[in-house]
Amino acid sequence: MRNILKRQKTEQHLKPRHGAQPWIVLGAMFFAAALWLFPVYVALLNAFKTPQEYVQSGVLAWPSKLDFSKITKFWVDTDFTGKLLNSIKISLSVSIIAVLLSFFTAYALGIGRIKGRMWVLGFFMVAFTIPQEALVYPIYKVSKQLNLYDTHLALIIVFSVLNIGFGTYMLSSVFSQFPEEILESARIDGASPLRIMRSIVLPLMRPTLFVLAVMFFIYTWNEFLIPLVMLASNENQTVTLAMAITTGQYTSDPTARAAAAIVGIAPSVIFFLIFQRTLMRGITVGAVK
Amino acid sequence: MRMSSPKTHSGTRTYIAFLLPGLLSFAVVVGGSFGYNIYLSFTEWPGYGAPKWIGLGNYAQLMHDPTFWASFLHSFEFILAMSIIPTFLGLLFAAIIYDFIGNYFGQRASTFLRISFYLPQIIALPVTGILWSWMLSPNLGAINTMLKTIGLSRFALNWLGEAGSAIFALSIMMIWIQVGYTIIIFVAGMARIDPALDEAGQLDGATWFQRFRIITVPQVYPELAIVLLTTTVAALKVFGPVFVMTQGGPGNATQVPAMYSYFNFFSTQKVGYGAAVATVLALLLTVLAIYLLRLQRKLGASR
Repeated sequence: MRNILKRQKTEQHLKPRHGAQPWIVLGAMFFAAALWLFPVYVALLNAFKTPQEYVQSGVLAWPSKLDFSKITKFWVDTDFTGKLLNSIKISLSVSIIAVLLSFFTAYALGIGRIKGRMWVLGFFMVAFTIPQEALVYPIYKVSKQLNLYDTHLALIIVFSVLNIGFGTYMLSSVFSQFPEEILESARIDGASPLRIMRSIVLPLMRPTLFVLAVMFFIYTWNEFLIPLVMLASNENQTVTLAMAITTGQYTSDPTARAAAAIVGIAPSVIFFLIFQRTLMRGITVGAVK
Repeated sequence: MRMSSPKTHSGTRTYIAFLLPGLLSFAVVVGGSFGYNIYLSFTEWPGYGAPKWIGLGNYAQLMHDPTFWASFLHSFEFILAMSIIPTFLGLLFAAIIYDFIGNYFGQRASTFLRISFYLPQIIALPVTGILWSWMLSPNLGAINTMLKTIGLSRFALNWLGEAGSAIFALSIMMIWIQVGYTIIIFVAGMARIDPALDEAGQLDGATWFQRFRIITVPQVYPELAIVLLTTTVAALKVFGPVFVMTQGGPGNATQVPAMYSYFNFFSTQKVGYGAAVATVLALLLTVLAIYLLRLQRKLGASR
């Protein structure tokens, strides 16, 4: 169990660095990393410049003084605080509901080993192959009929359910490595499935469930097509959707664009830096069975 | 997924009760919507009134629709930019980060590199769109401003405005987005390799690159298979990057199936036709995924 969750390389002694070769490789890799960070770096440089300075001193020059006016203007214009709250509400609800549903489903499949579980898993895998475009129009129409159009509830339901596919897949692959002896002895002691879940499986699985919740949170945060179709009114929109609508604006003022990008990146980067290890662990647990 | 003994345990009814909420809601939301979408693909419908049944009419029209075929052709170019190139780059970068940088310079340097490459993965696509459309914009964009500053103004193209350069510029952005994902998966795979294998290689006097080719790559075949599968499916599904950057344009130069079905749904209100495009894409993806999974299993068994 433990080694599935913690596949970190153990601390080890460094090799001695003879000659120039290690430094050349290191330099090349840092250069490549700089290329990857470059778009964000350039946006950061220019988000604090005035438009005049952008034209005069060029893209790569450091700003002569920090001009926060475009950041605050974008924040106020888009009601970014409201958008943040919407995104947090939707993503948090989805990650809690989707983790619970995936856990129950995977528990039945992986621990309960009910008949036909491979078929059920195969059915859930469809979530992976069907593009959202093949679902979005029916979701849009039906939510209108149910008076759920332009509500957060509709998005919470849809994303919770869409995430069950991946969640069930990932958790049941972790469950398939669950030590059978523990379960067997609990059964001999007469523990019911509910009891086994509460006292044995849930405590052991808590770190994995947390990993899954973090992944669902960030995936839902970044969802784009379905919010675009479903959230018509401005006050209901998510951060990601608000950024999409911004894309077309400010074409004449590159510094305002840079500022908008920086505001849009900030929440994701903060979240990522906090949960970096958790997230990476989750991605790798999900990828290889 | 390996699950041992097929025996069912006591309390099957309780387990089925656990299964039902997830299974039923999935069947209703995903199954129901996809079923409805398939039904719509046999109709002509502007989105209001009653859909008119036209049988296979939309599919017949698809066969002769040059935009539809062009969109699939572009999908294959995106497989190169989203799957094949990032897989190779990711494999190489992961080996250097894990095996070389990690060994010589320690955990901190390798963590920094991994985070740098992974950053594009966590930025929401519309923000990526703002970032890159500004980088690429013809007059005030960062790239062209830089090119002009160093006297290379003839390379300062209207990147997204010309059919020839638009798909190239989009491809560069896709590689930028995807590499982080492949690196993370491969690094995790390499952590699994028995260090004794690598030491044996070193004792035999193999160079770093020889060990990479002969030891590392074959050991991460399972990761290689899963990365190729997920990124190929992602490339065929691609919508967000195209939507935020070009909306399929200029003309149809960067049109892809998902974008084309969206366009039919919501721009031209040809709902039945859009549904047909989406259905074809969904079926193609399902068949492809099953084929790739089978292939992966066969390769796994033959080793």
